[in-house]
This record gives sequence, C-alpha cells and structure tokens, in this order.
Amino acid sequence: MNSLTYSIADSLTMLRRTLTHILSNPIVTLLTTIGTPVILLLLMYNLFGSVIQSNGATSGSYINYLTPGLLLITGIYSVGWAALRINTDMTQGIIARFRSMSISRGAVLNGHVIGSSVGTLISMTVIFVLAYLMGFRSAANPVELLAALGLIILYVLAIMWLAIAVGVWGKSPDVVNSVLYIVYILPFFSSAFVPTTSMTPIVAWIATNQPFTPIIDTLRALLTGAPLDERAVVALAWCLGIGLVGFIGSRLAYNRSARL
Amino acid sequence: MIKVQGLRKAFGKQVVLDEIDLNVAEGSIFSLLGPNGAGKTTTVQILATLLQPDAGTVSIAGHDLKREPEAIRRIIGLTGQFAAVDTVLTGQQNMMLMVNLRHMDRREGKRRAAELLERFDLTDATNKPVTSYSGGMRRKLDLAMSLIGSPRLIFLDEPTTGLDPRSRQTMWELITELASSGVTIFLTTQYLEEADRLANRIGVLDKGHLVAEGSPADLKHRIPGGHVELQFADTVHLNRAAQSLGSTVRDENALTLRVSNDGSVEALRHLLDQLDSASIPVAGLSVHTPDLDDVFFALTGKTNEKEAV
Repeated sequence: MNSLTYSIADSLTMLRRTLTHILSNPIVTLLTTIGTPVILLLLMYNLFGSVIQSNGATSGSYINYLTPGLLLITGIYSVGWAALRINTDMTQGIIARFRSMSISRGAVLNGHVIGSSVGTLISMTVIFVLAYLMGFRSAANPVELLAALGLIILYVLAIMWLAIAVGVWGKSPDVVNSVLYIVYILPFFSSAFVPTTSMTPIVAWIATNQPFTPIIDTLRALLTGAPLDERAVVALAWCLGIGLVGFIGSRLAYNRSARL
Repeated sequence: MIKVQGLRKAFGKQVVLDEIDLNVAEGSIFSLLGPNGAGKTTTVQILATLLQPDAGTVSIAGHDLKREPEAIRRIIGLTGQFAAVDTVLTGQQNMMLMVNLRHMDRREGKRRAAELLERFDLTDATNKPVTSYSGGMRRKLDLAMSLIGSPRLIFLDEPTTGLDPRSRQTMWELITELASSGVTIFLTTQYLEEADRLANRIGVLDKGHLVAEGSPADLKHRIPGGHVELQFADTVHLNRAAQSLGSTVRDENALTLRVSNDGSVEALRHLLDQLDSASIPVAGLSVHTPDLDDVFFALTGKTNEKEAV
C-alpha cells in the first residue's frame, strides 16, 4: 500500500469509529440532534403559519418557506455533538495513543468530520420526511434537487470542519459549548422563519449580512424551483470560507499539541 | 534500543528535563523512578514521538527521533497514565480499531486480539462497552491494545498508579511475562518497590535531573535502608533531638523527626541510647522500610517536597 491508500484506509477506520459512537446510542443521539428542530418546525408552523401566510409575507405555503431553513438549523444542532466528540478524544488519553502510532496525518480529523456529517445528513432526512408529511412539496426539477443536495452536503462539511476545529482547539467541553453558542443563535436572526423584508432595519441588516440567510435563501430557491440570484454566489462563498477556516483551523489546532 | 544524549525540554521558562542521558539495552526493563513533577511523563512523551525535545539527540532502534518519527511509531507501543481506551466501544471493538490502524490482516488481527484478551483475562468482557469496565480492566485492555501490533518497545507510564493491590500484582505479572518474550520495556513509576521488582536498570529522576542510574542492587546499596520517625511532645524536645542527632528531616507541624535507620535492633538501640543520654523524651516511634523518599533523601540530600505534603 502507498501513502494515499494508507491515508484512505486510516480515515475509513476513524470514520467507522465515529459512526459506531453515533450509533452506540441511536435514540439519544437522534433525539438530541433533531429534538429542537422538530419543536421549531411544529411550533413555527402551528403558531405563525397561518398569520404569516395570510399576511402574504411569503409567496407560497409557509411549510415550503420554513423547510429549507430548518434543514440547515438541524445541521447546527449536530455541531455541538461533533465538537464534543473530538474534544473528548483530545482531552482524554486516546489521542496520545493515536499520535504514537503510525497513522496517516489527518485521519483522526477526517474520520470525525465525515462521520459527523453522515450523522447530520441522517438527522436532516428525518426532518425532511416530517416536513413532507406536514405538506412540503417541491416544484424543482431533478437538476435543481441535485444542486440542493450538493449545497446541503457542502454546508454540512463546512460547519463540521468548523465544529472539529472548535472541538480540537477547546481546552474543555465548557469552552467548546460557549464558543458554539453564537452558532446556535445565528439562525434566529436569519431568513429561516420570516423574510428579511418583514424585519426591523437593524435585524434585517444582521440577517442579510450573516452566512445563514444567503445559504437558506439559495437552498429555498433550489428546493422550490425559484430562479437563483447573486445570493447563490454569496452562499457558496460562505460555505467554502467557513469550511476552509475550519479545515485549516483544525489542522493548526491539532498540530499545535502534536509538535512532531 | 534507546539512546538519549543531552535531552532538554522546557515549557516556557520552566525547565522540565535538563541534560538527560539514557541508555536502554534491547530486551531489558528500564524504570524511570521519580515523584510527580520530576519529568517522567515528559520523557515518555518525547521518546514516544508525542513531544519535540528542545535539545539533545534521541535514537530508538537506530532511528533518529527528529528525522524518522514514523519508523519509530511502527515499532513502539504506548500505555499512558490514563487508560487510552475508547470508552464508548467494546473491548473487542477497541482491539479491532488497533488492528485496522496497524494495517494488519483482519483475520490474523482477530486471532491475535482474542489471544490477548484471553491472556489478560478479559474474555468475559469482550463484548461489553468499556464504560462498564473497572479501572484495572481498563489498564489491562489499554496494555492489550498496545501489544496488538507486536511492538518491540513498550512505554508504560505509571502503569499501576491508582490500581488496587490485586490489579497491581496482575499488572506486574503481565509486565514480567512480556519482558521474558523479548520486548524492551520502558517503565515510569513513583514506587521504589515496583522499580525494584521489575527493572533491570533504574534511573532516578528529580526535578528534571537524572540523579542516579544503575541496577536495583547498585541503588539500594546507596540507600541507607529505611528510616525511623520519632514523635515528640513539643517543639523544645524536637529541637533538642534534632541538634543531638545531626542529619534529620523535621516536620514542625507534626512534631516529628525522620532519621535514617535500617530498622535493625542494633541500630534502634543505638538511636534510643543517643536520645537517652541527652535525656530527651520520645513520645512515639515508627520504623519505615525504604521508600522513594529515602532514595531521594539519600541521593539528593533533601526530601521529596511534593510527596511530603
């Protein structure tokens, strides 16, 4: 085997390990990652759905408006678990074992990112099925649906690299949680629940200039078959930027304590 | 197997290792003996390729540490102070994780894993998650995981710290067995008894300095064979006793005085005669067999402060 196949083999081993962790307690993992998104979906739809729809703030049905944002929010609620999983590795003895072995560089990080991403996509699927049962219907063609899936995967990989960077960098679970808190609240100041046009100017400004709004808007356009605009480019830039920062950050943080 | 010359390591301004030279022969058990904070774990971390030294050369099985860390990683096993096991996985899953990361043939790996689990008496717990394991079981699994790739050199960083006496006994037996199979073992410990029992050679580490190195017999030759602790009723008596006995270690709060003494009837009689002739009343007396404190006292002329707290 050459170094590339070693690298892939080691990453796959680590991926299997992460998936085993996720699946070791499937009910708890699933409930904690999709619990909040499910509640948000039911709450928003039942409390505000009719008001927002009759108001004409959203074109089309409110569930069609709500679903893309909630899919992305589901990703956010998996970030904490992903970060804590690798933080546990870093703060307990097992990382010293991995480092003292001839394991290809990056395999530990790759295994966590890909494993956590797969877990997140499963959670998203559950939310999507629920939204479908609540009446979500897509008018998109297959190409648009494929593009939507691509955007979702890109987004998940990006936030997971960021999660892993925070998890590796954080000295304790408390630090990790506090840092990630900002990521948890960001979606509430976005176009996930209501369009930015119905917000007060300050909130609208925050919403427009933070990453979630363009990503949510683009995903919504792809899922509902609406035309794309310049926000798609901004969304892609945010995803690639977040992913790159997370990727480089996690490598730097990981190597900082390795030093050899 | 291990050749270390002029090894230095500092964290910030604090010098942790200062000009350490070590030589460990292939197939032997070397024990680094020292209290908490002496630099034992740092030494292991450097030798096991986890930390970069500031200065000095390290060669392991002929491979230079700086230039060929990967070659070293392929032949070593590390069992740290805190069991480096995946607590979510089962014992078997932990073993297979190592099989895969060592790029071993799966069937051969499975056979070897089962063999090690059996030898370490973990067969019943094989399919249980490690969260349900006791401390002793975790250490054993930890060691089993280190052994799966048949390493030629094993680092054991305080393998028995925190274990109950029975688990400690088991661990000692496993280590002895391992050494007889030709594996070189580098062991750190706080316990003289452990080093004495297991090691061919012992290095005594004190605040980053290697203060002595030799066979257990060499070292014990330099240790006065234990001490006697004298208890006094008040400070006046304590002071007078300290004056008349010469070289002692005193504890003002406990009103005790520690005197080197091998504990023989002869030596005790001599000690009591000395106190008697100076007419100093002794409130209590206890005899101690040699421990790490005595080694330190003998080698450095001071007690090991961290341990004495």
